[in-house]
Amino acid sequence: MRRTATRVALWGAVALLWSACATAPAAEREGDPGAPTALEQLEARAHAPVEDPDPAVGGPFTLQGATVMTATGERYAPGYVVVVDGRVEAVGAGTAPTPKGPVLDVSGQFVTPGLIDAHSHLGVLAEPHVKATDEVNEAVAPNTAGVWAEHGFWPQDPGLERAARGGVTTLLVLPGSANLIGGRGVTIHLRPARGARAMRFPGAPDGVKMACGENPKRVYGQKGGPQTRMGNVAGHRAAFAAAQRWLADNRGKKPEEVARDVKMETLAAALEGRALVQVHCYRADDMLAFLAAADEFGVTVAAFHHALEAYKIRDILAARHIGVATWADWWGFKMELYDGIPENLAFVAEAGGDAIVHSDSGEGIQRLNQEAAKGLASGRAAGAQLSDDDALRWITVNPARALGISDQVGTLEVGKRADLVVWDRDPFSVYARARWVYVDGVRIIDRDAARVPWSDFELGQEVER
Amino acid sequence: MKALRFMLLLGLALGAGDALAAGPPCTLIRGASLPGEDGERVVDVVVSGDRVAEVAPAGAATATGCEEVDASGRILTPGLVDPYTQLGLVEVSLEAPTVDTDLKAPFQDGSGQIRASVRADYAYNPRSSLIPVTRLEGVTSAISVPAGGTVSGSSFWVDLAGPRQADAIQRAPLAMHASLGARAESRATAFQTLDVALREALDFAARQAAWEQNRTPGFLLPRLDLAALLPVARGEIPLVVAVGRASDIEGLLRMTEGTRLRLVVAGGAEAWMVRDALARRRVPVILDPLVYGPRGFDAVAARPDNAVLLHAAGVPVMFSTFSSHHARKLRQLAGNAVREGLPHQAALDAMTRVPAEVFGLADHGHVAPGAVANLVLWSGDPLELSTRVEGLWIHGQRLPLTSRQTALRDRYRRLPVDRTR
Repeated sequence: MRRTATRVALWGAVALLWSACATAPAAEREGDPGAPTALEQLEARAHAPVEDPDPAVGGPFTLQGATVMTATGERYAPGYVVVVDGRVEAVGAGTAPTPKGPVLDVSGQFVTPGLIDAHSHLGVLAEPHVKATDEVNEAVAPNTAGVWAEHGFWPQDPGLERAARGGVTTLLVLPGSANLIGGRGVTIHLRPARGARAMRFPGAPDGVKMACGENPKRVYGQKGGPQTRMGNVAGHRAAFAAAQRWLADNRGKKPEEVARDVKMETLAAALEGRALVQVHCYRADDMLAFLAAADEFGVTVAAFHHALEAYKIRDILAARHIGVATWADWWGFKMELYDGIPENLAFVAEAGGDAIVHSDSGEGIQRLNQEAAKGLASGRAAGAQLSDDDALRWITVNPARALGISDQVGTLEVGKRADLVVWDRDPFSVYARARWVYVDGVRIIDRDAARVPWSDFELGQEVER
Repeated sequence: MKALRFMLLLGLALGAGDALAAGPPCTLIRGASLPGEDGERVVDVVVSGDRVAEVAPAGAATATGCEEVDASGRILTPGLVDPYTQLGLVEVSLEAPTVDTDLKAPFQDGSGQIRASVRADYAYNPRSSLIPVTRLEGVTSAISVPAGGTVSGSSFWVDLAGPRQADAIQRAPLAMHASLGARAESRATAFQTLDVALREALDFAARQAAWEQNRTPGFLLPRLDLAALLPVARGEIPLVVAVGRASDIEGLLRMTEGTRLRLVVAGGAEAWMVRDALARRRVPVILDPLVYGPRGFDAVAARPDNAVLLHAAGVPVMFSTFSSHHARKLRQLAGNAVREGLPHQAALDAMTRVPAEVFGLADHGHVAPGAVANLVLWSGDPLELSTRVEGLWIHGQRLPLTSRQTALRDRYRRLPVDRTR
């Protein structure tokens, strides 16, 4: 069922840069308005592959008879999904009119899009948790915009396979939240490879991790600051102002003339919308303060992460289409988490916002479906009118949008990547297990088969039954 | 809540003050499904005072004059028990003045490794905002556990009953707590610390009279710690040992062979590997089924069906979140264990009957005449994520399903904010 991928998949990083031109300043496009800017050319070099991504894609095959939950609002019970060349070729109700390849009878089971985690530290806070595997916070200065999670990502983290076994097919791996600006995050497509670059989701923009609230002021309070929330926001504004100046100084230059500065290049990407700003922030007033600073410099926030008080400002976040990536029920371990409520996801969704269940946890990423189910149950008990499909979007298309990849994944629609999960029962049941998990139509998890660990770390350990 | 109809019958039209003076009213819970070893039975349950007075086949209860609750189509279980929390000892984990789990004190051995004499229960805050939050998910009891050192101090059992320590604390000290495993020194040192402390407690009992007359050498440990460890060494109260690596569990079992200790393993990530030895010694295990993966070198063999394998081998299994703020997730843990193959009733028992038996609170953890009336009425399968708590009784008192979080929910239910709520 494997076919050779298109060159688009192979050269996804490059494709991204071309597609991103639309958002870059028009003034630089004199002569050839489609040509990449100098900064975009530099970015392309910084993202060039060494190891080619696995070109294999899955299909043709047809899943027949399952309840198909598409995350578009449509639910086919029963329905079918046809996969050809790693893409969804057809999806619908009843029996596939033109099945392709082997027809797999999955009657009584459920098919969903592959789950997407908008906030993970797998690979940078890898198992086993020892000093040597802790790559999550470059906590040496409050602004380390120049570091990339990709460069600390260990592809042998056993947690990656566990995540896949929970139905996850894509995750945003972020630096930690010790710093005001922690560095770049990388979107990982769960196809095992020898290095992070080959696991990059083709065409996905980088994330830029920022943080507000208690963490930066706790970490740097005795190390030169910031010591307060005032200092946090001053730090963000100073960084944005410096990046604006650097951008102005380097616009219109040839790539070789740009004054290379890896910190500024990340911040410039954030300012120009080529990288997506992902902000760790809990309290409603902290989010509003961050937005004021972001507005001042024209920075767009893709999502607030954790965002326990998003429900207090859900009207504002929904109007701005800012994602709210949070847990179902975490709260209280810091003061800024004291007002968390289990209806947060549901209230945000009800207000028309982009609610997202994230994990921030090697355990939680194995059960995103259960977390969504809890959020849904809490919301319904409070009277929120939400469908199962609404809650499915919290773990599929809404995170896809926050990661800038919703044109490729997140729903079961014709033409999208065949990232999908076959569940043995309703995925919102605590008893549900992902039976088969596909990425690009390739079955990466098969519970019917004997398990061979993905991670080299787990090979040869003395683990008898 | 329309299924829960309250019918106030004769004799109960009392004012609040009168009701208090008269004690809790009797309650008749009609037609509830009560899960048990032999499947579900549909029953009437009569609660009188703080106890269950009667469990009869549906329609057969003889009590009269009770407040009635229609529980048809609902599941009734004993209140859930999380046997390893920090409830009431922590309000905000990262704000030190609200954290009271560390029992290092001046009147104990200088190393700080043995804190046997300090009781955590005096620090218990029954007004903590965590308690109603936890209760709303059907957890009615918890063991709150100190942390730190090799012997951390004693825990206590609380029922999440109300704002008074005296009402909440059911037994203190309940159990002694220790930990083995990775530390700055060799893990072997923790074994010795524990071994010496327990041996010396027995030695102390034997030589105390002579020692008081200066006829025998002194002891390595302070007298307070020895006195606190004596009931542990004699098997009068359990010794709960936090330990994960299979070889550490083996070491613990080897070291304590032939003693009267009532051991309980907490954590037990690799306990499944030594399940036969645990079963032989009847050592129960408190575990978290959600932890899966080689999170450290003490858990290289961690696996999601740990509880399943232990149960099948005859090891009594309990679940814990090992948490404060997450204690409300307890039933999700049980659901995941069932997903991996644990029988459903064993998962319910693991949160009710087993902790009551292991920790010796015989009147807790089951629904039968004479048992403490800690009861939860569920809209469906208690382990399922869509199921809600619809009724909650602790010590026979029906508690409102409210918390600081429901107050926030109600204030922000509509925007703009409703400042009258």
